[in-house]
Amino acid sequence: MSERTVIPFGPQHPVLPEPIHLDLVMEDERVVQAIPQLGFIHRGLERLVKTRDYMHFVYVTERICGICSFGHSYGYSQTIERLMGIEVPMRAEYLRVIWFELSRIHSHLLWMGLAADSFGYENLFYQCWRLRERVLDIFEKTTGGRVILSACNVGGVNYDIDNSELAGISQIIQKLKRDAKPLIKALVKDRSIKDRLVGSGYLSQEDAVKLSIVGPFARASGVEEDIRMFGVGGYGELAEFKPQTSTQGDNYARVAVRCNELLQSCDIICEMIDKIPDGPICEKPKGNPPEAQGIGRVEQPRGEVVYYVKGNGTRFLERFRIRTPTSQNVAGMVQLLQGCELSEVPLNILTIDPCISCTER
Amino acid sequence: MSGTSKSPWIIHYDGSSCNGCDIEVLACLTPMYDVERFGVINTGNPKHADVFLITGAVNERNIGVVKQIYSQMLEPKVVVACGACACSGGIFHDCYNVIGGVDKAIPVDVYVPGCAVRPEALIDAVVAGLGALEEKRAALELASSYEAKELAKAAEQERLAEAASQPLLEEPAKTEEQTDIDINADEEPGE
Repeated sequence: MSERTVIPFGPQHPVLPEPIHLDLVMEDERVVQAIPQLGFIHRGLERLVKTRDYMHFVYVTERICGICSFGHSYGYSQTIERLMGIEVPMRAEYLRVIWFELSRIHSHLLWMGLAADSFGYENLFYQCWRLRERVLDIFEKTTGGRVILSACNVGGVNYDIDNSELAGISQIIQKLKRDAKPLIKALVKDRSIKDRLVGSGYLSQEDAVKLSIVGPFARASGVEEDIRMFGVGGYGELAEFKPQTSTQGDNYARVAVRCNELLQSCDIICEMIDKIPDGPICEKPKGNPPEAQGIGRVEQPRGEVVYYVKGNGTRFLERFRIRTPTSQNVAGMVQLLQGCELSEVPLNILTIDPCISCTER
Repeated sequence: MSGTSKSPWIIHYDGSSCNGCDIEVLACLTPMYDVERFGVINTGNPKHADVFLITGAVNERNIGVVKQIYSQMLEPKVVVACGACACSGGIFHDCYNVIGGVDKAIPVDVYVPGCAVRPEALIDAVVAGLGALEEKRAALELASSYEAKELAKAAEQERLAEAASQPLLEEPAKTEEQTDIDINADEEPGE
């Protein structure tokens, strides 16, 4: 047996936009064990429910994570609405889905760029990020913010989008879909990318279920689960929804699943814009959250997020808790890293699309 | 303007930020804003960097990392605090694990407001940071320039000459006295 060395990886590392520390126990070039250490971004924001009332807390949930910002405010609002029995106007539900799917497109394009950079395609990284700016332009035109939107609120949404503007958005998205196809072709069909991705970082369906992996990571291993298919909120209005899955379970499958989801999100936005009804956009909540517990689930770009809230009859919540996708997926990541080579480590970390800010809060 | 200000290399570290400012820092480097046309290059190595962009507040866990990256950077260096959290703690200022703005850990030269910070503001901040970088460089250069070295050398020689002229009068006297005492001391037991 050769000698073992421990290589510290992170928290400041060129491939990682966020700090996570890994102790890689190496035997020559092979990783024997990966020990993750978290806590660099822990702020303790769940406790802020004690000092911010349930309406103001929407702005805190938006800042749990800048990439999935809209998704967190959507999930929290949905949970509170269910707890208080608020009926959300249909137009607001449609607008929420449109913004949520737009943030999925921006998140997946961001990830595709970072992944391309990690396997040495710098130009592809720039092209993906250039396309992403179009989505951010839509955000800026409709809400005023590029990253933090402040669009979703308990009871509905804060901004309406004119029907004429919606038609424009539909055109932009259709053009974006056409322009994304060459990038997707490069990611999925290019021979040298395939050589680097196919077969590396394999996770079986059995392991994915055992470790409760969620999101595209699980769907790439053949687990057919996506919260959107239960038709909660605006998703119930879709003609059909089928989760994008693959059975290969390797890095290539994860890239392919996210590429398909990007195209699917474009279709969902266009369908919602075609069907959107007229009407009010917000139902103002009356009173305080009752003394009860509520739970809500949302399919974020990275996977299922579970929200738990507990009210106590006052305007401050008793407890707020989130279970984020990366806290589940880190277990899978550690499994992928065991037995891989050092040169594959950045790619294996990136293909699970870690979001450390959500995880540590 | 020196070469460094024409091509500043930046290093980025995510303190306890929500990613919002981080993706805007990255957006600056990509085709829409493309700061590379001004010579700004993102590097992962603290020793190569001139400008330290830090997002998010500092907490108990990462304050050591922030200080370490700062101490590894070579002089002259500039710190830019990006976003409301990095400036003062922002919306998380009263969280139990947040110490406060980045200036609680290291000296900050430029503060950029915004939640999330806008790429235009960020580019402006890096340009403002280059002014601070230029001042620091000038101060460093003055301390190590040729004239300064010559002046220091002349002053040193003067001091040496002064020091040499004074002890020459005193030291032989001391040694004579000492030798006298020594001789006497040696002779006394002999006699």
